Amino acid sequence: MLLIKNGRVLDPASKTDASLEVLLEGDRIARVGQGLTPPGAEVLDARGLCVAPGFIDLHCHLREPGFEISETIETGARAAARGGFTAVCPMANTNPVHDHATVTRAILKRAREAGGAQVWPIGAASRGLKGEALAEIAAMREAGIVAVSDDGKPIATAKLLRQVMDYCRALDLTVMDHCEDASLFAGCVMREGPRSAQLGLRGMPPQTESIAVARGIQVCELTGCRFHVAHLSARASLELVREAKRKGLPVTCEVTPHHFTLIDEDVTYDTHHKMNPPLASRSDREALIEGLRDGTVDAIATDHAPHAAHLKDVEFDCAPFGLTGFETALALALTELVHAGRVPLLRAVELFTTGPAHVLGPSSPARGRRAIAPGEPADLTLFSFDRAWTFRAADSASKSRNTPFDDRAFRGGPAATVIAGRLAFET
Amino acid sequence: MSHGFHDLLGIESLTAAQIEFLLDQSVPFQQFNAQPLKKLATLRGKTVALAFFEPSTRTRISFGTAAARLGADTQNLQAEASSLRKGESLLDTVRTLDAMKPDLIVMRHSSSGAPHLVAGRLAIPVINAGDGTHEHPTQALLDALTIRDRRGRDRKGRLDGLRVTIVGDILHSRVARSNLHLLSKFDAQFTLCGPPMWVPAQLESLVPRVQREPRLERALEGADVVLVLRVQQERLHEPPLPPDEYVLGYQLTPERLRRARPDAIVLHPGPMVRGMEIHPEVADGPQSCVLEQVTNGLAVRMALLFLMIVGGRTEEAAATASP
Repeated sequence: MLLIKNGRVLDPASKTDASLEVLLEGDRIARVGQGLTPPGAEVLDARGLCVAPGFIDLHCHLREPGFEISETIETGARAAARGGFTAVCPMANTNPVHDHATVTRAILKRAREAGGAQVWPIGAASRGLKGEALAEIAAMREAGIVAVSDDGKPIATAKLLRQVMDYCRALDLTVMDHCEDASLFAGCVMREGPRSAQLGLRGMPPQTESIAVARGIQVCELTGCRFHVAHLSARASLELVREAKRKGLPVTCEVTPHHFTLIDEDVTYDTHHKMNPPLASRSDREALIEGLRDGTVDAIATDHAPHAAHLKDVEFDCAPFGLTGFETALALALTELVHAGRVPLLRAVELFTTGPAHVLGPSSPARGRRAIAPGEPADLTLFSFDRAWTFRAADSASKSRNTPFDDRAFRGGPAATVIAGRLAFET
Repeated sequence: MSHGFHDLLGIESLTAAQIEFLLDQSVPFQQFNAQPLKKLATLRGKTVALAFFEPSTRTRISFGTAAARLGADTQNLQAEASSLRKGESLLDTVRTLDAMKPDLIVMRHSSSGAPHLVAGRLAIPVINAGDGTHEHPTQALLDALTIRDRRGRDRKGRLDGLRVTIVGDILHSRVARSNLHLLSKFDAQFTLCGPPMWVPAQLESLVPRVQREPRLERALEGADVVLVLRVQQERLHEPPLPPDEYVLGYQLTPERLRRARPDAIVLHPGPMVRGMEIHPEVADGPQSCVLEQVTNGLAVRMALLFLMIVGGRTEEAAATASP
């Protein structure tokens, strides 16, 4: 038994923001209340800390199998736990591609041994991510995937997307799409605008994303399958999602911390600024923050994309897309959204908890919800609301250091992570 | 006054005073290059690395000749750089060159920002000889020297307040970017003209006083300088424009050039395709500066190599000719 005392419990599901004690028994929450004095319970003093349901990251890359030089399931799951995440969803662009159940089982086995955040894998939509034949989705579903996606690239054609969504509707799986028009994207390395013109880097317009978002929403309407827009970055895309939600379609979306923090004007030839989708305009960032506030955006997801140093230490055109994100996500949300007065604290917590749980639907391990209540999983994220600290990439638990946030000062950040009733990380 | 920089990566970060200094310092080498015997000992014992990761003939020969006339040795590297290249990284390649102890590296690369990456890691000075679609600073300097000379011969010899028309694929042109940066520091007014997809609105925010005009006849009205860009036929990821369409809308013909000022000069960075972006009569006409540009390029590059490797006054350096 573990008793968490003196914490400020933030539970978006019940709209609770109160000083409460939480008693964990085994891998479940036993009781929530005041004056709990169970004999023999270990006590965790959470004075000065917020206690939230376990954070879920809907979008990350753990690079195993195949790219262990950049990350392993073990280092990734540990970095995730340090960032306050109790569960993370790795995408399928590994080698071999996660498109069949043998890979699902191997990932889950490695994750159990790793002892960090839980790993809820996402399977490929198409075999080999090639955009032709369907992957072995039902078999992966039985083995434990929580969603499907060809992330890294879009699901190749509307026809394939329709097939995948017809299939996944019956399996109660969410289809996540990396929304991107391949022809507009070709050769581009950043967002098109004054900054791309100045740097002489090939820029893509926001319609590169929104055209594909429109396609996904229409196929969602056709099939009735849950459709989730990965790493949404453009105002135009957000407006499409808002409209789809208004119509009652099962459309959801996520936004990354880097897209609500940085903009294209911040891009330099430092390849830590190269990610896909690229950093967007100032106006897009404003729209994203508004969407995070008003509920159009369902989740904050990191798109944690580790790359070994030598892979990023190249010409901007040649560098792979992506940045690490587990250990800075919460701090960025607190600093850039909450302390900046843009998003209320409980809403920010929702974006890491009930929001992503809802995206995955009722048959995921989160069963469509996330709450601090008796009988719920003993997965909790404890964080400081306003501790001043500075992130040092060199101290990261990830195997990679490719982040533009090295040396950045934050207000608030992760303090402890409880996974299945056990303390997985503590500052 | 000295040139005041360690690397020459672009024109954008230079001041008007630095640019004028560089142009002034090129003059002694213009005179030197007109002599029958063209060999100095100024840089004897020094080595210039020429690292060209993108095919280049003119610029590479110009830098190579500049180094030779100053008495320096050169190390030549010509390699294909492609985003699909596997194998040795750019940094490992230039570190290998650097290990042979050159005194300066001249670098051309198809990726914008590649010289900045290299300059950040090497102690020796780096000259950007063209990076992707970003900058080509020595081209802009030689263009400015050419403009100054022509205007000097005819009139007051100043760069200030020119009306400049740039014609062609401006979005993908490093020559256009460096010229925009350079001439805007002397309060130039620019008119950009070319196929609209290659002259996007965001170019207007690059420097002050830029307007776009889709019709070449109008774009040329009152121009002091017409910069004609090369048309690159094959461009990765871009649907091509039929050549005849280009000729129809954007070729600089004698009739069109009459819209510019009578003393307007025509610049072209080369290689020039007669009958495509420029009419043969214009290319060979009295307003064309194409060959002067090449001659001036040599002087500018000699001045830069001298200033960046040893420093001092080029006047004295050029006078110590030891033929």
